[in-house]
Amino acid sequence: MKSFTEHTGVVAPMDRANVDTDLIIPKQFLKSIKRTGFGPNLFDELRYLDKGEPGRDNSTRPINPEFPLNFARYKGASILLARENFGCGSSREHAPWALEEFGIRAVIAPSYADIFYNNCFKNGLLPIVLDEKIVSSLFKSMYDQVGYKITIDLQQQSVIANGEKFAFEIDEFRKHCLLNGFDDISLTLQEAEKIKIYEQQRRTEKPWLFGAVKA
Amino acid sequence: MSARTLYDKLWDDHVVAQRDDGSSLLYIDRHIVHEVTSPQAFEGLRLAGRKPWRADSVIATPDHNVPTTAKERASGVEGIEDPISKIQVKTLDDNCDELGIVEFKINDPRQGIVHVVGPETGGCLPGMTIVCGDSHTSTNGALGALSFGIGTSEVEHVLATQCIIAKKMKNMLVKVDGTLGEGVTAKDVVLAIIGEIGTAGGTGYAIEFGGEVFRAMSMEGRLTVCNMAIEAGARAGMVAVDDITIEYVNGRSFAPKGEQWHKAVDNWRKLQSDADAVFDRIVEIDGSSIKPQVSWGTSPEMVLPIDGFVPDPNTEKDQVKAGGIRRALDYMGLAAGQAITDIKVDRVFIGSCTNSRIEDIRAAAQIVKGRKKAANVKEAIVVPGSGAVKKQAEEEGLHKIFIAADLEWREPGCSMCLAMNADKLGDGEHCASTSNRNFEGRQGYGGRTHLVSPAMAAAAAIAGHFVDVREF
Ligand code: SF4
Repeated sequence: MKSFTEHTGVVAPMDRANVDTDLIIPKQFLKSIKRTGFGPNLFDELRYLDKGEPGRDNSTRPINPEFPLNFARYKGASILLARENFGCGSSREHAPWALEEFGIRAVIAPSYADIFYNNCFKNGLLPIVLDEKIVSSLFKSMYDQVGYKITIDLQQQSVIANGEKFAFEIDEFRKHCLLNGFDDISLTLQEAEKIKIYEQQRRTEKPWLFGAVKA
Repeated sequence: MSARTLYDKLWDDHVVAQRDDGSSLLYIDRHIVHEVTSPQAFEGLRLAGRKPWRADSVIATPDHNVPTTAKERASGVEGIEDPISKIQVKTLDDNCDELGIVEFKINDPRQGIVHVVGPETGGCLPGMTIVCGDSHTSTNGALGALSFGIGTSEVEHVLATQCIIAKKMKNMLVKVDGTLGEGVTAKDVVLAIIGEIGTAGGTGYAIEFGGEVFRAMSMEGRLTVCNMAIEAGARAGMVAVDDITIEYVNGRSFAPKGEQWHKAVDNWRKLQSDADAVFDRIVEIDGSSIKPQVSWGTSPEMVLPIDGFVPDPNTEKDQVKAGGIRRALDYMGLAAGQAITDIKVDRVFIGSCTNSRIEDIRAAAQIVKGRKKAANVKEAIVVPGSGAVKKQAEEEGLHKIFIAADLEWREPGCSMCLAMNADKLGDGEHCASTSNRNFEGRQGYGGRTHLVSPAMAAAAAIAGHFVDVREF
């Protein structure tokens, strides 16, 4: 996994509440069996004026001139500013895959849906929670200034914007994995003995939980 | 030990290791897999040279991409017309064959929507931890289990380690007392709850559904309610075990038998919150006041009783909310103040993991019996949740009732719930749908979804617009 330590980047808006993962990456792209290739279809229904299909050449499609991510001023944005309950709905990890491939390294919002929030960390994407008032003020600064940039320091757990520092919370374990780019499967497998002991004990105590699935 | 909630008990029972930072390694008893969120996980496993920790804990079945017409289904995977869907279903077959995972393949009589197959086979049991790369895994919590959706990286993690790294959620109790009125179903109850607490109301919580209404509710109804816990933002929903649970599980193919059964039942009986358990949040709703519900907007919280009127954004003070209402009205092609009963329906979808069990099919059949689909409704499809549901319905002759009323009787799968197969809404079409999400484009590009109960969807198919099923 890509590590995340410090990042400075252009901020782009996704200025609405309850952005669901269907909107982030529509279902027709979920037919892929790969982990890559989703970036060009991020926010597909908002970004283009026609309906996207997997395998289509996106460079020939009509662009929606009203969708902010298509504006020249947000070109190369790597930080997405969003509203409450970002990433609700489906558990599709294709959503963080698409964001990451598009070039987004961090999202800043007042709140996220649980599964999406969790999925971000598995992909080197940092979802930051800041108070609604602060998020609103960031939106304002972003709209006011072309090329508006923010710095994120994960070690310090702070967002540096407008010459101010805003602290954010993050789980120790997640922070540790992200800073080091750790794959959590190898970390868990270091505890394989514990898992085996637990399993053994359970097999005796509650054998019905181990009912094998049979053909 | 101090008083604990049902969620506390299920959680405590599965902790393998507790970390200093508050996260835990949680053991997973059952892992359910479908074709959409698993290929990258299997690939990751292979690349790392890993094997499944416990292959026999996994149940796999394709559901999202499978066609639902008998014709396209006749020749199995090879018959799937969409080449990309075909590859995805095949990839699941190949992965399962290679790793010794039991899969109910496309034309296996046990194939179906993951969340219907799990409980009906007895693969999902009370007291289990259950995960699946699908947010509606919350469904299984109806059995008194801890069941939640995970992402693809976590699917790989569970395959490799049989565990998940998780942090305990907070406890919420949604208590619905009273008695439901005639024609008011589990779907209406859960839509009313979401309308009340909002789509983010349950974020960070595990919800226990308690109170007289759930105690009186059938297991199928409870499955419908827990299915939509995620639509209230909660990864897990659950209902305490009682006689209804035990009766439902008894005799299912993977359920314990003989002496094991009795031991299991003694254990399951304890799967209830202690009387003095403390919840972080309690929401109380009067069940007798709930009316049949219809969603009008593009989020499940945008829902109203059947006698309601579409809201006016100009009366909403919160600007972000008002913007949301405006955008939804625009997308849905509705006017502020319009009566719900004035909304015409172009297509009807009865199915999905929310409402495709036998009771749902029966409820819809009862409404359409002896009637005909309205002429303005282009298509009304009934898609059973699994091969088992289909068989049962056909034994009861329900399929004939639908066909006689000009509704279509299909093969099991997710179908128009998310339109990954050929079942889709056209641009601008309104659909009375028994599914769980009315997001923009969910049922097809430009499609307009209205979430309702099976009876309400059936009534809309007959009337051509939304009607109060209680007066039908
Ligand atoms: S029926 Fe719909 S919600 Fe349920 S698993 Fe299938 S796609 Fe998801």
